[in-house]
Amino acid sequence: MARDKIYQEEEFPTPLMQLWHNFKQPPVVVIGFGCFLFLIVLAILSSLITPYSPVENHLNDLLLPPAWSNDGNVSFLLGTDNLGRDMLSRLIHGTSLTFGLSIIVVMASLIIGVIIGSLSALTKGVKSSFLNHFLDVILSIPSLLLAIVIVAILGPGLENTLWAIIMVLIPQFVHITRNAVKEEFTKDYVLASRLDGANSFRILRYSVFPNIIEKLISQATLAQSAAILDIAALGFLGLGAPIPMPEWGAMLANGIDLFYIAPWTVYLPGLAILFSVIATNLVGEGMRHALKVRKEN
Amino acid sequence: MSKVLLQVINLSKSYKDKNYWLNRKSVAALAPISFDIMAHKTLAIVGETGSGKSTLAKLLVGAELPTTGHIRLNGQTLEPGNFKQRCQHVRMIFQDSGTTLNPSLTIEQLLDEPLQLNTDLDEAARHQLIRGTLQKVGLLADHMSFYPHMFSGGQKQRISLARAIILKPQVIILDEALASLDPSLRSQMINLLLDLQQQMGLAFILISHNLGIVRHFSDEMIVLCKGEVLEVGKTNEILQQPKHKYTKKLIMSQHFQLLHR
Repeated sequence: MARDKIYQEEEFPTPLMQLWHNFKQPPVVVIGFGCFLFLIVLAILSSLITPYSPVENHLNDLLLPPAWSNDGNVSFLLGTDNLGRDMLSRLIHGTSLTFGLSIIVVMASLIIGVIIGSLSALTKGVKSSFLNHFLDVILSIPSLLLAIVIVAILGPGLENTLWAIIMVLIPQFVHITRNAVKEEFTKDYVLASRLDGANSFRILRYSVFPNIIEKLISQATLAQSAAILDIAALGFLGLGAPIPMPEWGAMLANGIDLFYIAPWTVYLPGLAILFSVIATNLVGEGMRHALKVRKEN
Repeated sequence: MSKVLLQVINLSKSYKDKNYWLNRKSVAALAPISFDIMAHKTLAIVGETGSGKSTLAKLLVGAELPTTGHIRLNGQTLEPGNFKQRCQHVRMIFQDSGTTLNPSLTIEQLLDEPLQLNTDLDEAARHQLIRGTLQKVGLLADHMSFYPHMFSGGQKQRISLARAIILKPQVIILDEALASLDPSLRSQMINLLLDLQQQMGLAFILISHNLGIVRHFSDEMIVLCKGEVLEVGKTNEILQQPKHKYTKKLIMSQHFQLLHR
């Protein structure tokens, strides 16, 4: 058999690889993406790399300021809170709660939304409309308020908060999937594939999803920054993560009374929330920019 | 040689107007039409925009269900909706080569799809067949790992052609497949198509508004106007002595092009 390629080392980038290439052009996006990956690593390794347990009390070192202050102690790098818990350990553990859970929440609602959305795009008439719109009621209420309502019904707790936020995020994925799939179905290559005898699921798998995955990812980053804020807000209101858990919003609420004597117990979790939301938004913005560049070419 | 390959009997299509719920009017896109095609021959279907020629192409290839009538291939009726049966015999090349190729698959994956779905060949055999088919349409085996966006319009049209002939069909429908190409590519494509017709004994159904191509390419032609058949006959006879006013107009409007070709 003759060789198909003359130059073995020659490689042709897949469309996704090319998107990645466009994605990493602006330096700001690379920094944002680096921070995003850093947060993911922190969330996964949180229990291995923290110096102390997040709930361990150091009664001799209550309200210790961060280590760079004159009264600070280097064994508590970012200081301690009013119960003598190490802020650094709590923040790192908080990454896996606030940031890590937001990823899981978005994944879950993405999967559910994509399934409902594609079923809606494949069906016709009333069935399609029903699948598309039966969760639209959710869109009429602000997401945080709805999460509060759901938590009020199910009772407070981290798990219930997560279900509430998943519910809130589903409709946008349903809509974006349905519209994108409908748009793809008007293209000739879907017809060509259908004429080859491919069934709808094969068409979805090979012809549609590879071409809409970027849209879904870009929507997912938007949803994730909303999810981070919602988890933190519910934690702040005391409806989300229960008291000893080092969730960033709950930490903020815990420190707010001591703001004048120990401001670091407030600004550190606040900065952590800001940092993760900005990192997520930069990734999303980079994604949208890359998609736009690709469309222009 | 003069075996009837494809027989179209009383084929018609009408659409229901969806705007009125109660009094739904149906719009006839194509009045009942019957014709035969022989192997090795080319039938041209001409008409203006909206004359029903694209509807006819979609009916023939099975993308739309006919309102009445049926299609027979070698005396065997083609079931509407049964793509697996139909696509092995009747294939279509679309007008816009840019959108007929899935941008996220390589050429090999694109050409592999019809084979996977319709043949029992193993991977090596499919690979070999794809190589052979690409060579037939004048592309290289190197191109297998390329993505569609790396090709020019003419090359994309060749890939569409490769996709059409890879299942060794008997009839290929060209729905304005040559319209988007520039003259030199178009003549290359036509020569390629004529070569393949001789090699493989294909019958072509050429849907076009360009009478120059029709004259060069086809043996017989049908003139459609608003879904009605106006004239049927040998291409030469119709183009030289058009009987219907509409055909005359069509020829007059393209007379300039015909003279200067």
